[in-house]
Amino acid sequence: MTRPDAGAVTPSRTWRKPPFIANPWLRYGLWLVVVVYLIWALGTLPFNWERISEGLPRAARIFGGGFPPSFERGGLLLTGFKESFQIAILATLLGVALSIPFAVMAARNVAPLPVYLFGRAVIIVSRSFHPVIVAILFVAAVGFGPLAGILTLTLYSIGFVGKLLAEEIEEIDWGQVEAMRATGAGYMATLFYAVFPQILPRQVGLSMYQLDSNLRASAVVGIVGAGGIGGTLMNAFGRYDYDFAFAILLTIIAVILVSEGISGWVRKKIW
Amino acid sequence: MLEISNLVKRYGHDEAVLKGLDLTVEGNSVVAIVGASGAGKSTMLRCINRLVEPTSGSIKLNGNELVKLRGAALRRARRKIGMVFQGFNLIDRLTVMENVLAGRLGYVSLYQAISRRYPQADIERAFHLMERVGIAHYANKRADELSGGERQRVGVVRALMQEPEVLLADEPTASLDPRTSEQIMILLQSLASELELPVLINIHNVAQAKTYTERIVGLRHGKMIFDGAPADFNKEALDAIYGGIEAPDDEITEAPTRVGEGVSHDQA
Repeated sequence: MTRPDAGAVTPSRTWRKPPFIANPWLRYGLWLVVVVYLIWALGTLPFNWERISEGLPRAARIFGGGFPPSFERGGLLLTGFKESFQIAILATLLGVALSIPFAVMAARNVAPLPVYLFGRAVIIVSRSFHPVIVAILFVAAVGFGPLAGILTLTLYSIGFVGKLLAEEIEEIDWGQVEAMRATGAGYMATLFYAVFPQILPRQVGLSMYQLDSNLRASAVVGIVGAGGIGGTLMNAFGRYDYDFAFAILLTIIAVILVSEGISGWVRKKIW
Repeated sequence: MLEISNLVKRYGHDEAVLKGLDLTVEGNSVVAIVGASGAGKSTMLRCINRLVEPTSGSIKLNGNELVKLRGAALRRARRKIGMVFQGFNLIDRLTVMENVLAGRLGYVSLYQAISRRYPQADIERAFHLMERVGIAHYANKRADELSGGERQRVGVVRALMQEPEVLLADEPTASLDPRTSEQIMILLQSLASELELPVLINIHNVAQAKTYTERIVGLRHGKMIFDGAPADFNKEALDAIYGGIEAPDDEITEAPTRVGEGVSHDQA
Protein backbone atom coordinates (compact mmCIF):
# COMPACT_ATOMS: atom_id res chain seq x y z
CA MET A 1 0.00 0.00 0.00
CA THR A 2 2.80 2.40 0.79
CA ARG A 3 4.27 3.53 -2.43
CA PRO A 4 7.37 5.72 -2.45
CA ASP A 5 6.30 9.29 -3.02
CA ALA A 6 7.40 10.38 -6.48
CA GLY A 7 8.37 13.79 -5.21
CA ALA A 8 10.56 12.54 -2.39
CA VAL A 9 14.27 12.77 -2.89
CA THR A 10 15.78 9.31 -2.80
CA PRO A 11 19.45 8.63 -3.28
CA SER A 12 20.01 7.06 -6.71
CA ARG A 13 20.38 3.34 -6.28
CA THR A 14 22.66 1.18 -8.34
CA TRP A 15 22.40 -2.48 -9.16
CA ARG A 16 24.96 -4.91 -10.49
CA LYS A 17 24.49 -8.55 -11.33
CA PRO A 18 25.83 -10.57 -8.39
CA PRO A 19 29.04 -12.37 -9.38
CA PHE A 20 28.72 -16.03 -10.31
CA ILE A 21 31.28 -16.92 -7.62
CA ALA A 22 30.54 -14.85 -4.55
CA ASN A 23 33.88 -15.22 -2.78
CA PRO A 24 36.34 -12.72 -4.39
CA TRP A 25 39.38 -14.74 -3.29
CA LEU A 26 38.03 -17.82 -5.02
CA ARG A 27 36.96 -15.84 -8.09
CA TYR A 28 40.32 -14.17 -8.74
CA GLY A 29 42.19 -17.22 -7.50
CA LEU A 30 40.58 -19.32 -10.24
CA TRP A 31 41.59 -16.81 -12.89
CA LEU A 32 45.14 -16.93 -11.58
CA VAL A 33 45.19 -20.73 -11.70
CA VAL A 34 43.99 -20.75 -15.33
CA VAL A 35 46.65 -18.21 -16.42
CA VAL A 36 49.46 -20.01 -14.59
CA TYR A 37 48.38 -23.35 -16.06
CA LEU A 38 48.34 -21.99 -19.63
CA ILE A 39 51.82 -20.51 -19.24
CA TRP A 40 53.14 -23.73 -17.77
CA ALA A 41 51.46 -26.00 -20.35
CA LEU A 42 52.56 -23.99 -23.38
CA GLY A 43 56.06 -23.70 -21.94
CA THR A 44 56.58 -27.41 -21.23
CA LEU A 45 54.70 -29.29 -23.98
CA PRO A 46 57.12 -30.39 -26.70
CA PHE A 47 55.92 -28.42 -29.70
CA ASN A 48 58.46 -28.98 -32.41
CA TRP A 49 57.98 -25.96 -34.64
CA GLU A 50 60.47 -27.24 -37.22
CA ARG A 51 58.53 -30.47 -37.65
CA ILE A 52 55.31 -28.54 -37.93
CA SER A 53 56.68 -26.27 -40.63
CA GLU A 54 58.05 -29.29 -42.51
CA GLY A 55 54.67 -30.99 -42.24
CA LEU A 56 52.69 -28.16 -43.73
CA PRO A 57 53.82 -28.76 -47.34
CA ARG A 58 53.08 -32.46 -46.82
CA ALA A 59 49.58 -31.64 -45.75
CA ALA A 60 49.25 -29.42 -48.80
CA ARG A 61 50.41 -32.32 -51.00
CA ILE A 62 47.80 -34.64 -49.51
CA PHE A 63 45.06 -32.10 -49.99
CA GLY A 64 46.32 -31.39 -53.51
CA GLY A 65 46.34 -35.11 -54.29
CA GLY A 66 42.81 -35.32 -53.02
CA PHE A 67 41.46 -32.92 -55.61
CA PRO A 68 39.50 -33.64 -57.59
CA PRO A 69 38.02 -36.52 -55.56
CA SER A 70 37.80 -39.68 -57.63
CA PHE A 71 34.65 -41.75 -57.63
CA GLU A 72 36.19 -44.20 -60.12
CA ARG A 73 36.09 -47.10 -57.70
CA GLY A 74 32.46 -46.59 -56.87
CA GLY A 75 31.93 -50.34 -56.39
CA LEU A 76 34.37 -50.44 -53.50
CA LEU A 77 32.75 -47.37 -52.02
CA LEU A 78 29.33 -48.98 -52.25
CA THR A 79 30.47 -52.26 -50.70
CA GLY A 80 32.05 -50.37 -47.81
CA PHE A 81 28.97 -48.31 -47.15
CA LYS A 82 26.68 -51.28 -47.43
CA GLU A 83 28.69 -53.02 -44.74
CA SER A 84 28.67 -49.89 -42.57
CA PHE A 85 24.90 -49.65 -42.85
CA GLN A 86 24.51 -53.31 -41.99
CA ILE A 87 26.75 -52.92 -38.95
CA ALA A 88 24.98 -49.78 -37.80
CA ILE A 89 21.44 -51.14 -38.19
CA LEU A 90 22.19 -54.52 -36.62
CA ALA A 91 24.06 -52.92 -33.72
CA THR A 92 21.23 -50.46 -33.16
CA LEU A 93 18.58 -53.20 -33.09
CA LEU A 94 20.63 -55.36 -30.75
CA GLY A 95 21.78 -52.49 -28.58
CA VAL A 96 18.37 -50.91 -28.19
CA ALA A 97 16.74 -54.26 -27.42
CA LEU A 98 19.36 -55.03 -24.78
CA SER A 99 19.32 -51.51 -23.37
CA ILE A 100 15.72 -51.94 -22.17
CA PRO A 101 16.42 -54.64 -19.57
CA PHE A 102 19.61 -52.88 -18.48
CA ALA A 103 17.74 -49.59 -18.19
CA VAL A 104 15.14 -51.25 -15.96
CA MET A 105 17.92 -52.73 -13.84
CA ALA A 106 19.63 -49.34 -13.59
CA ALA A 107 16.53 -47.39 -12.54
CA ARG A 108 16.54 -46.94 -8.78
CA ASN A 109 12.76 -46.68 -8.47
CA VAL A 110 11.96 -50.07 -10.05
CA ALA A 111 15.05 -52.16 -9.26
CA PRO A 112 16.15 -53.52 -5.88
CA LEU A 113 19.54 -52.21 -4.73
CA PRO A 114 21.82 -55.13 -5.80
CA VAL A 115 20.21 -55.28 -9.24
CA TYR A 116 20.45 -51.51 -9.51
CA LEU A 117 24.16 -51.56 -8.75
CA PHE A 118 24.71 -54.30 -11.34
CA GLY A 119 22.71 -52.43 -14.00
CA ARG A 120 24.55 -49.18 -13.28
CA ALA A 121 27.88 -51.01 -13.43
CA VAL A 122 27.09 -52.48 -16.87
CA ILE A 123 26.11 -49.06 -18.17
CA ILE A 124 29.10 -47.30 -16.65
CA VAL A 125 31.51 -49.88 -18.07
CA SER A 126 30.01 -49.74 -21.54
CA ARG A 127 30.17 -45.96 -21.46
CA SER A 128 33.64 -45.54 -20.05
CA PHE A 129 35.57 -46.33 -23.25
CA HIS A 130 35.34 -44.66 -26.59
CA PRO A 131 34.05 -47.01 -29.32
CA VAL A 132 37.48 -47.01 -30.98
CA ILE A 133 39.11 -48.50 -27.87
CA VAL A 134 36.32 -51.07 -27.53
CA ALA A 135 36.71 -51.88 -31.24
CA ILE A 136 40.44 -52.52 -30.80
CA LEU A 137 39.60 -55.00 -28.00
CA PHE A 138 36.91 -56.76 -30.05
CA VAL A 139 39.11 -56.93 -33.15
CA ALA A 140 41.72 -58.64 -30.99
CA ALA A 141 39.06 -60.96 -29.58
CA VAL A 142 37.01 -61.95 -32.65
CA GLY A 143 39.29 -60.90 -35.51
CA PHE A 144 39.01 -58.30 -38.26
CA GLY A 145 35.66 -57.71 -39.87
CA PRO A 146 32.10 -56.59 -39.28
CA LEU A 147 31.45 -58.83 -36.24
CA ALA A 148 33.87 -56.75 -34.18
CA GLY A 149 32.11 -53.61 -35.39
CA ILE A 150 28.67 -54.94 -34.49
CA LEU A 151 29.77 -55.96 -31.00
CA THR A 152 31.45 -52.60 -30.43
CA LEU A 153 28.49 -50.53 -31.46
CA THR A 154 26.04 -52.78 -29.60
CA LEU A 155 27.94 -52.14 -26.40
CA TYR A 156 28.08 -48.45 -27.21
CA SER A 157 24.30 -48.38 -27.77
CA ILE A 158 23.58 -50.23 -24.52
CA GLY A 159 25.60 -47.67 -22.61
CA PHE A 160 24.09 -44.59 -24.16
CA VAL A 161 20.45 -45.63 -24.62
CA GLY A 162 20.47 -47.59 -21.35
CA LYS A 163 21.64 -44.61 -19.33
CA LEU A 164 19.11 -42.18 -20.79
CA LEU A 165 16.25 -44.70 -20.58
CA ALA A 166 17.11 -45.43 -16.96
CA GLU A 167 16.88 -41.74 -16.18
CA GLU A 168 13.57 -41.60 -18.02
CA ILE A 169 12.24 -44.51 -15.95
CA GLU A 170 13.31 -42.76 -12.77
CA GLU A 171 11.16 -39.78 -13.75
CA ILE A 172 7.93 -41.56 -14.68
CA ASP A 173 4.59 -40.71 -13.12
CA TRP A 174 4.60 -43.08 -10.13
CA GLY A 175 0.83 -42.94 -9.76
CA GLN A 176 0.39 -45.28 -12.70
CA VAL A 177 2.71 -47.81 -11.06
CA GLU A 178 0.73 -47.57 -7.83
CA ALA A 179 -2.50 -48.06 -9.72
CA MET A 180 -1.20 -51.26 -11.34
CA ARG A 181 0.15 -52.55 -8.02
CA ALA A 182 -3.22 -51.83 -6.44
CA THR A 183 -4.91 -54.17 -8.93
CA GLY A 184 -2.67 -57.00 -7.76
CA ALA A 185 -0.49 -56.95 -10.88
CA GLY A 186 2.89 -58.67 -10.65
CA TYR A 187 6.24 -57.01 -11.26
CA MET A 188 6.48 -57.75 -14.97
CA ALA A 189 2.88 -56.83 -15.71
CA THR A 190 3.43 -53.54 -13.89
CA LEU A 191 6.51 -52.88 -16.02
CA PHE A 192 4.64 -53.56 -19.24
CA TYR A 193 1.57 -51.52 -18.31
CA ALA A 194 2.78 -48.69 -16.11
CA VAL A 195 6.41 -48.16 -17.11
CA PHE A 196 6.97 -48.99 -20.77
CA PRO A 197 4.09 -46.94 -22.23
CA GLN A 198 5.47 -43.92 -20.40
CA ILE A 199 8.97 -44.24 -21.82
CA LEU A 200 7.90 -45.32 -25.31
CA PRO A 201 8.26 -41.98 -27.14
CA ARG A 202 11.66 -41.41 -25.57
CA GLN A 203 12.64 -44.96 -26.54
CA VAL A 204 11.75 -44.44 -30.20
CA GLY A 205 13.49 -41.08 -30.29
CA LEU A 206 16.63 -42.50 -28.73
CA SER A 207 16.66 -45.43 -31.15
CA MET A 208 16.54 -43.06 -34.11
CA TYR A 209 19.30 -40.96 -32.63
CA GLN A 210 21.35 -44.05 -31.88
CA LEU A 211 21.02 -45.33 -35.47
CA ASP A 212 22.34 -42.02 -36.65
CA SER A 213 25.15 -42.08 -34.12
CA ASN A 214 26.06 -45.71 -34.88
CA LEU A 215 26.32 -44.94 -38.58
CA ARG A 216 28.84 -42.22 -37.79
CA ALA A 217 30.72 -44.41 -35.33
CA SER A 218 30.77 -47.38 -37.72
CA ALA A 219 32.92 -45.31 -40.08
CA VAL A 220 35.38 -44.64 -37.25
CA VAL A 221 35.63 -48.17 -35.84
CA GLY A 222 36.27 -49.44 -39.36
CA ILE A 223 39.62 -47.66 -39.21
CA VAL A 224 40.87 -50.05 -36.53
CA GLY A 225 39.67 -53.06 -38.52
CA ALA A 226 36.09 -53.52 -37.42
CA GLY A 227 34.68 -53.55 -40.96
CA GLY A 228 32.70 -51.08 -42.99
CA ILE A 229 33.61 -47.90 -44.82
CA GLY A 230 36.30 -47.02 -42.26
CA GLY A 231 38.37 -49.96 -43.48
CA THR A 232 38.00 -48.84 -47.07
CA LEU A 233 39.08 -45.34 -46.08
CA MET A 234 42.12 -46.61 -44.21
CA ASN A 235 43.18 -48.73 -47.20
CA ALA A 236 42.82 -45.77 -49.52
CA PHE A 237 45.10 -43.70 -47.31
CA GLY A 238 47.55 -46.56 -47.03
CA ARG A 239 47.82 -46.78 -50.81
CA TYR A 240 48.20 -42.99 -51.14
CA ASP A 241 44.91 -42.93 -53.08
CA TYR A 242 44.12 -39.51 -51.70
CA ASP A 243 41.56 -38.73 -54.39
CA PHE A 244 39.59 -41.87 -53.53
CA ALA A 245 39.97 -41.18 -49.82
CA PHE A 246 38.50 -37.74 -50.35
CA ALA A 247 35.63 -39.21 -52.32
CA ILE A 248 34.92 -41.49 -49.32
CA LEU A 249 35.06 -38.58 -46.89
CA LEU A 250 32.66 -36.54 -48.99
CA THR A 251 30.26 -39.47 -49.20
CA ILE A 252 30.42 -39.98 -45.43
CA ILE A 253 29.52 -36.33 -44.90
CA ALA A 254 26.63 -36.63 -47.36
CA VAL A 255 25.30 -39.83 -45.73
CA ILE A 256 25.54 -38.38 -42.22
CA LEU A 257 23.74 -35.24 -43.33
CA VAL A 258 20.92 -37.24 -44.87
CA SER A 259 20.57 -39.62 -41.91
CA GLU A 260 20.63 -36.75 -39.46
CA GLY A 261 17.91 -35.02 -41.43
CA ILE A 262 15.74 -38.13 -41.49
CA SER A 263 16.19 -38.99 -37.82
CA GLY A 264 15.57 -35.39 -36.80
CA TRP A 265 12.36 -35.37 -38.79
CA VAL A 266 11.16 -38.68 -37.34
CA ARG A 267 11.96 -37.61 -33.78
CA LYS A 268 10.05 -34.37 -34.23
CA LYS A 269 7.07 -36.31 -35.54
CA ILE A 270 6.83 -38.69 -32.59
CA TRP A 271 7.95 -36.47 -29.71
CA MET B 1 -16.31 -56.71 6.26
CA LEU B 2 -13.27 -54.56 6.81
CA GLU B 3 -11.81 -54.45 10.32
CA ILE B 4 -8.97 -52.12 11.15
CA SER B 5 -7.67 -52.34 14.68
CA ASN B 6 -4.93 -50.41 16.47
CA LEU B 7 -3.35 -49.34 13.17
CA VAL B 8 -0.11 -47.39 13.58
CA LYS B 9 1.97 -45.89 10.81
CA ARG B 10 5.18 -44.00 11.40
CA TYR B 11 7.39 -42.68 8.60
CA GLY B 12 10.99 -43.00 9.72
CA HIS B 13 11.45 -41.67 13.24
CA ASP B 14 8.92 -38.85 12.91
CA GLU B 15 5.76 -38.59 14.92
CA ALA B 16 3.32 -41.31 13.93
CA VAL B 17 0.85 -40.38 11.20
CA LEU B 18 -1.68 -42.91 12.41
CA LYS B 19 -1.86 -43.46 16.17
CA GLY B 20 -3.76 -46.64 16.87
CA LEU B 21 -6.74 -46.35 14.58
CA ASP B 22 -9.80 -48.60 14.88
CA LEU B 23 -12.44 -48.75 12.19
CA THR B 24 -14.94 -51.40 11.15
CA VAL B 25 -16.92 -51.15 7.93
CA GLU B 26 -19.66 -53.64 7.30
CA GLY B 27 -21.87 -54.58 4.40
CA ASN B 28 -22.35 -52.17 1.55
CA SER B 29 -22.04 -48.95 3.49
CA VAL B 30 -20.44 -45.84 2.02
CA VAL B 31 -18.08 -44.27 4.52
CA ALA B 32 -16.61 -40.81 4.14
CA ILE B 33 -13.30 -40.13 5.82
CA VAL B 34 -12.80 -36.45 6.43
CA GLY B 35 -9.93 -34.55 7.97
CA ALA B 36 -7.48 -31.79 7.24
CA SER B 37 -4.48 -32.36 5.01
CA GLY B 38 -1.96 -34.45 6.90
CA ALA B 39 -4.54 -35.98 9.22
CA GLY B 40 -3.66 -39.44 7.91
CA LYS B 41 -6.63 -40.14 5.62
CA SER B 42 -4.55 -41.11 2.64
CA THR B 43 -2.09 -43.11 4.72
CA MET B 44 -4.93 -45.10 6.26
CA LEU B 45 -6.44 -45.96 2.89
CA ARG B 46 -3.05 -46.92 1.46
CA CYS B 47 -2.31 -49.13 4.44
CA ILE B 48 -5.34 -51.21 3.53
CA ASN B 49 -4.00 -52.26 0.13
CA ARG B 50 -0.42 -51.99 1.40
CA LEU B 51 0.76 -49.28 -0.97
CA VAL B 52 1.98 -48.01 2.40
CA GLU B 53 3.44 -50.48 4.91
CA PRO B 54 1.70 -50.22 8.29
CA THR B 55 4.07 -50.01 11.25
CA SER B 56 1.83 -52.15 13.44
CA GLY B 57 -1.77 -53.13 13.93
CA SER B 58 -4.19 -55.34 12.09
CA ILE B 59 -6.33 -54.97 9.00
CA LYS B 60 -8.73 -57.77 8.17
CA LEU B 61 -10.80 -58.04 5.02
CA ASN B 62 -13.54 -60.65 5.41
CA GLY B 63 -11.50 -62.32 8.12
CA ASN B 64 -8.29 -62.34 6.09
CA GLU B 65 -5.37 -60.58 7.76
CA LEU B 66 -3.68 -58.20 5.29
CA VAL B 67 -0.82 -56.71 7.30
CA LYS B 68 1.59 -59.65 7.22
CA LEU B 69 1.05 -60.69 3.61
CA ARG B 70 3.97 -60.80 1.18
CA GLY B 71 4.63 -61.58 -2.48
CA ALA B 72 2.00 -63.62 -4.29
CA ALA B 73 -0.32 -63.72 -1.27
CA LEU B 74 -0.27 -59.92 -1.10
CA ARG B 75 -1.03 -59.65 -4.82
CA ARG B 76 -3.94 -62.07 -4.43
CA ALA B 77 -5.30 -60.00 -1.56
CA ARG B 78 -4.90 -56.75 -3.52
CA ARG B 79 -7.09 -58.14 -6.31
CA LYS B 80 -9.99 -57.94 -3.91
CA ILE B 81 -9.33 -54.30 -2.99
CA GLY B 82 -10.21 -51.79 -5.68
CA MET B 83 -8.72 -48.31 -5.54
CA VAL B 84 -9.71 -45.03 -7.17
CA PHE B 85 -7.14 -42.21 -7.14
CA GLN B 86 -7.29 -38.44 -7.00
CA GLY B 87 -5.12 -38.09 -10.10
CA PHE B 88 -6.97 -40.97 -11.84
CA ASN B 89 -3.60 -42.70 -12.45
CA LEU B 90 -4.66 -44.03 -15.83
CA ILE B 91 -2.10 -45.27 -18.32
CA ASP B 92 -2.37 -42.20 -20.53
CA ARG B 93 -0.92 -43.72 -23.68
CA LEU B 94 -3.11 -46.81 -23.67
CA THR B 95 -6.72 -47.02 -24.76
CA VAL B 96 -9.66 -46.81 -22.40
CA MET B 97 -10.29 -50.54 -22.90
CA GLU B 98 -6.70 -51.44 -22.05
CA ASN B 99 -6.96 -49.31 -18.92
CA VAL B 100 -10.16 -51.01 -17.90
CA LEU B 101 -8.76 -54.49 -18.59
CA ALA B 102 -5.72 -53.58 -16.50
CA GLY B 103 -8.03 -54.15 -13.55
CA ARG B 104 -7.71 -57.85 -14.37
CA LEU B 105 -3.90 -57.89 -14.24
CA GLY B 106 -3.99 -59.74 -10.94
CA TYR B 107 -5.95 -62.57 -12.54
CA VAL B 108 -4.48 -63.10 -16.01
CA SER B 109 -1.10 -64.51 -17.00
CA LEU B 110 1.74 -62.27 -18.13
CA TYR B 111 1.36 -63.53 -21.70
CA GLN B 112 -2.34 -62.68 -21.70
CA ALA B 113 -1.56 -59.25 -20.27
CA ILE B 114 1.15 -58.34 -22.79
CA SER B 115 -0.64 -59.75 -25.84
CA ARG B 116 -3.96 -58.25 -24.65
CA ARG B 117 -5.64 -61.65 -25.02
CA TYR B 118 -7.93 -61.26 -22.04
CA PRO B 119 -10.55 -63.95 -21.38
CA GLN B 120 -13.89 -63.40 -23.09
CA ALA B 121 -15.62 -63.03 -19.73
CA ASP B 122 -13.33 -60.12 -18.80
CA ILE B 123 -14.10 -58.33 -22.04
CA GLU B 124 -17.84 -58.82 -21.52
CA ARG B 125 -17.54 -57.50 -17.99
CA ALA B 126 -15.52 -54.53 -19.22
CA PHE B 127 -18.15 -53.55 -21.80
CA HIS B 128 -20.92 -54.10 -19.30
CA LEU B 129 -19.32 -51.85 -16.68
CA MET B 130 -18.32 -49.21 -19.22
CA GLU B 131 -21.91 -49.09 -20.44
CA ARG B 132 -23.07 -48.76 -16.84
CA VAL B 133 -20.99 -45.59 -16.33
CA GLY B 134 -21.47 -44.31 -19.87
CA ILE B 135 -18.00 -44.59 -21.39
CA ALA B 136 -18.39 -47.63 -23.63
CA HIS B 137 -18.19 -45.54 -26.80
CA TYR B 138 -14.67 -44.45 -25.78
CA ALA B 139 -13.32 -48.01 -25.64
CA ASN B 140 -10.70 -47.44 -28.33
CA LYS B 141 -9.82 -43.86 -27.44
CA ARG B 142 -6.57 -43.02 -25.73
CA ALA B 143 -7.14 -42.41 -22.04
CA ASP B 144 -5.54 -38.95 -22.13
CA GLU B 145 -8.07 -37.74 -24.69
CA LEU B 146 -10.91 -37.92 -22.17
CA SER B 147 -12.12 -35.17 -19.85
CA GLY B 148 -11.50 -35.33 -16.11
CA GLY B 149 -14.90 -36.79 -15.22
CA GLU B 150 -14.65 -39.40 -17.95
CA ARG B 151 -11.15 -40.32 -16.84
CA GLN B 152 -12.34 -40.86 -13.28
CA ARG B 153 -15.11 -43.11 -14.61
CA VAL B 154 -12.43 -45.18 -16.31
CA GLY B 155 -10.63 -45.30 -12.96
CA VAL B 156 -13.77 -46.51 -11.21
CA VAL B 157 -14.45 -49.16 -13.85
CA ARG B 158 -10.84 -50.35 -13.66
CA ALA B 159 -11.24 -50.83 -9.91
CA LEU B 160 -14.56 -52.65 -10.35
CA MET B 161 -13.02 -54.99 -12.93
CA GLN B 162 -11.09 -56.50 -10.03
CA GLU B 163 -14.37 -57.83 -8.61
CA PRO B 164 -13.37 -56.13 -5.37
CA GLU B 165 -14.69 -56.88 -1.92
CA VAL B 166 -14.04 -53.31 -0.85
CA LEU B 167 -13.52 -50.10 -2.81
CA LEU B 168 -11.11 -47.41 -1.65
CA ALA B 169 -11.38 -43.93 -3.13
CA ASP B 170 -8.58 -41.50 -2.28
CA GLU B 171 -9.92 -37.99 -2.93
CA PRO B 172 -11.72 -39.21 -6.05
CA THR B 173 -13.28 -35.83 -6.77
CA ALA B 174 -10.56 -33.41 -5.72
CA SER B 175 -9.27 -32.95 -9.28
CA LEU B 176 -12.72 -32.42 -10.75
CA ASP B 177 -15.00 -29.43 -11.11
CA PRO B 178 -17.95 -29.27 -8.67
CA ARG B 179 -20.59 -30.62 -11.01
CA THR B 180 -18.46 -33.52 -12.25
CA SER B 181 -17.41 -34.36 -8.73
CA GLU B 182 -21.07 -34.61 -7.67
CA GLN B 183 -21.65 -37.02 -10.56
CA ILE B 184 -18.75 -39.18 -9.45
CA MET B 185 -20.04 -39.19 -5.86
CA ILE B 186 -23.49 -40.25 -7.05
CA LEU B 187 -21.88 -42.96 -9.16
CA LEU B 188 -19.86 -44.32 -6.23
CA GLN B 189 -22.93 -44.23 -4.01
CA SER B 190 -25.14 -46.12 -6.44
CA LEU B 191 -22.43 -48.63 -7.37
CA ALA B 192 -21.95 -49.45 -3.70
CA SER B 193 -25.58 -50.49 -3.35
CA GLU B 194 -25.79 -52.19 -6.77
CA LEU B 195 -22.70 -54.30 -6.18
CA GLU B 196 -23.16 -54.59 -2.42
CA LEU B 197 -19.72 -53.24 -1.88
CA PRO B 198 -18.35 -51.29 1.08
CA VAL B 199 -16.79 -48.03 -0.15
CA LEU B 200 -14.34 -45.87 1.78
CA ILE B 201 -14.00 -42.36 0.41
CA ASN B 202 -11.39 -39.84 1.52
CA ILE B 203 -12.92 -36.49 0.90
CA HIS B 204 -12.25 -32.83 1.60
CA ASN B 205 -15.70 -31.62 0.69
CA VAL B 206 -17.78 -32.03 3.82
CA ALA B 207 -21.00 -31.01 2.09
CA GLN B 208 -20.60 -33.82 -0.40
CA ALA B 209 -19.65 -36.24 2.35
CA LYS B 210 -22.87 -35.46 4.17
CA THR B 211 -25.00 -35.75 1.05
CA TYR B 212 -23.67 -38.92 -0.49
CA THR B 213 -22.48 -41.13 2.34
CA GLU B 214 -24.09 -42.96 5.22
CA ARG B 215 -21.35 -42.57 7.74
CA ILE B 216 -18.67 -40.00 8.38
CA VAL B 217 -15.38 -40.72 10.05
CA GLY B 218 -13.33 -37.71 11.12
CA LEU B 219 -9.59 -37.96 11.56
CA ARG B 220 -7.28 -35.51 13.22
CA HIS B 221 -3.56 -36.02 13.85
CA GLY B 222 -3.89 -39.74 13.15
CA LYS B 223 -6.74 -40.38 15.56
CA MET B 224 -10.41 -40.90 14.97
CA ILE B 225 -12.34 -38.08 16.64
CA PHE B 226 -15.72 -38.48 15.01
CA ASP B 227 -17.68 -41.50 13.86
CA GLY B 228 -21.34 -41.19 13.14
CA ALA B 229 -24.19 -40.50 10.78
CA PRO B 230 -24.06 -37.44 8.49
CA ALA B 231 -26.97 -35.95 10.44
CA ASP B 232 -24.89 -35.91 13.62
CA PHE B 233 -22.01 -34.20 11.91
CA ASN B 234 -22.59 -30.73 13.28
CA LYS B 235 -20.63 -27.54 13.74
CA GLU B 236 -18.86 -28.92 16.81
CA ALA B 237 -17.63 -31.98 14.98
CA LEU B 238 -16.47 -29.76 12.15
CA ASP B 239 -14.56 -27.52 14.53
CA ALA B 240 -13.05 -30.51 16.26
CA ILE B 241 -11.74 -31.82 12.96
CA TYR B 242 -10.64 -28.63 11.27
CA GLY B 243 -10.50 -26.16 14.17
CA GLY B 244 -7.32 -24.22 14.65
CA ILE B 245 -6.12 -25.20 11.25
CA GLU B 246 -5.33 -22.41 8.87
CA ALA B 247 -8.07 -21.35 6.47
CA PRO B 248 -10.36 -24.32 6.86
CA ASP B 249 -13.21 -22.48 5.13
CA ASP B 250 -12.04 -23.55 1.71
CA GLU B 251 -12.34 -27.17 2.69
CA ILE B 252 -15.66 -27.23 4.42
CA THR B 253 -17.92 -25.02 2.38
CA GLU B 254 -19.20 -26.08 -0.96
CA ALA B 255 -17.00 -23.47 -2.58
CA PRO B 256 -15.65 -24.70 -5.89
CA THR B 257 -12.06 -24.39 -4.75
CA ARG B 258 -10.66 -26.67 -7.36
CA VAL B 259 -12.55 -25.54 -10.40
CA GLY B 260 -9.42 -24.23 -12.07
CA GLU B 261 -7.63 -27.51 -11.65
CA GLY B 262 -10.56 -29.49 -12.96
CA VAL B 263 -10.92 -27.37 -16.04
CA SER B 264 -7.27 -27.49 -16.89
CA HIS B 265 -7.47 -31.27 -16.62
CA ASP B 266 -10.33 -31.30 -19.05
CA GLN B 267 -8.28 -29.51 -21.62
CA ALA B 268 -5.12 -31.47 -21.06
